[in-house]
Amino acid sequence: MAKTVKIYSTATCPWCIRAKEFLKENAVEFINFDVGLDQAAADEMMKKTGQMGVPVIEIDGQVIVGFDKEKIKQALGI
Amino acid sequence: MQIYDLIIIGAGPAGITASVYAARKKLNFLVISLDIGGQAAWSGDIENYTGYQFITGPELAQKFQEHLQKYQIVLKEDEVVLELKKSGTVVRLKTNKSEYVARAVIIASGKRSKELGVVGEKEFKNRGLTYCAICDGPLFSGKVVAVIGGGNSALDAVLQLIKIAQKIYLINSAPELFGDAIMCQKVETETKVTILNHSQVMAVLGERFVQSIKISSNGKELMLAVQGVFVEVGLTPNVNFAQDLEKNELQELKIDVNNQTNIAGIFAAGDVTNVAEKQIIIAAGEGAKACLSASRYLARNNF
Repeated sequence: MAKTVKIYSTATCPWCIRAKEFLKENAVEFINFDVGLDQAAADEMMKKTGQMGVPVIEIDGQVIVGFDKEKIKQALGI
Repeated sequence: MQIYDLIIIGAGPAGITASVYAARKKLNFLVISLDIGGQAAWSGDIENYTGYQFITGPELAQKFQEHLQKYQIVLKEDEVVLELKKSGTVVRLKTNKSEYVARAVIIASGKRSKELGVVGEKEFKNRGLTYCAICDGPLFSGKVVAVIGGGNSALDAVLQLIKIAQKIYLINSAPELFGDAIMCQKVETETKVTILNHSQVMAVLGERFVQSIKISSNGKELMLAVQGVFVEVGLTPNVNFAQDLEKNELQELKIDVNNQTNIAGIFAAGDVTNVAEKQIIIAAGEGAKACLSASRYLARNNF
């Protein structure tokens, strides 16, 4: 079954853009939360991670801070 | 152990261009880098890279990467060089993951943001304190923030934050702002911005996240309630591994017109060097030059 993938990002951050591209390249569907525009999502991200750096990627509940390709691959099983 | 013709350290504009040249020269080489794109990937709008009238930093970095991937290049990503030593006719490298040997090396490791070196800086990194306005700026919508610095990168951060933050303190240690006149003027006329010259940050304070900063302003101690701290106090070259190489007072690697350092076979290119200007297009050109010099060095020594 497809995994639930969320990404908390800002529109301008280079690593966010890279992370989203990486997911697209691997045909992974994801929900994007723009934490610059969506305060509720920003609060949720800060609560989950205790920090404010973007991107944050959540794969079936596993939270990964930063564009950590290896961890993301592992969590996705690709 | 395999001996490479060339190892390129860094994959910013200089390192990537050197790699493209090395691939076309069919050298047996390796690229070691923490990331791809370097500082270019963190730039905002770029309007002075010939061939692109307008492109953003991340887009240009993507183009560089595509060009790199056109060739069969061995790229060791997420790898940091810790030690570099010339021994006999080869150069030995130690990284956080492995060890390598090459006949020639090009150092294109670039620069990174300077730290303030104050109490609370490490603790609150990514908890309100950031070195990347373009990344994290949008998270501070409607908040009170401080930008630390007085040069172009600080002014650039202020101008990005004007659309986002409620109020901005600009904490500048110099007697006045020292960026481009046009940017200084823009910042000085903004009502949202309070400029504090002659001022230094002494501590970053808070609980889970940043709540305030303690500063010394014209000799007086002040506490400012801020939720965000943007550190823009300049850049420092990534040269920790290059102990034996000559550097200038800014810690930049000294090179000659052929990109040769003080040690034969070790070349350098881009922002890590003492080359006069730091521009993407200059770094790219220097990368090409360094690779051509390195390949001439290899040929001359019959390697």
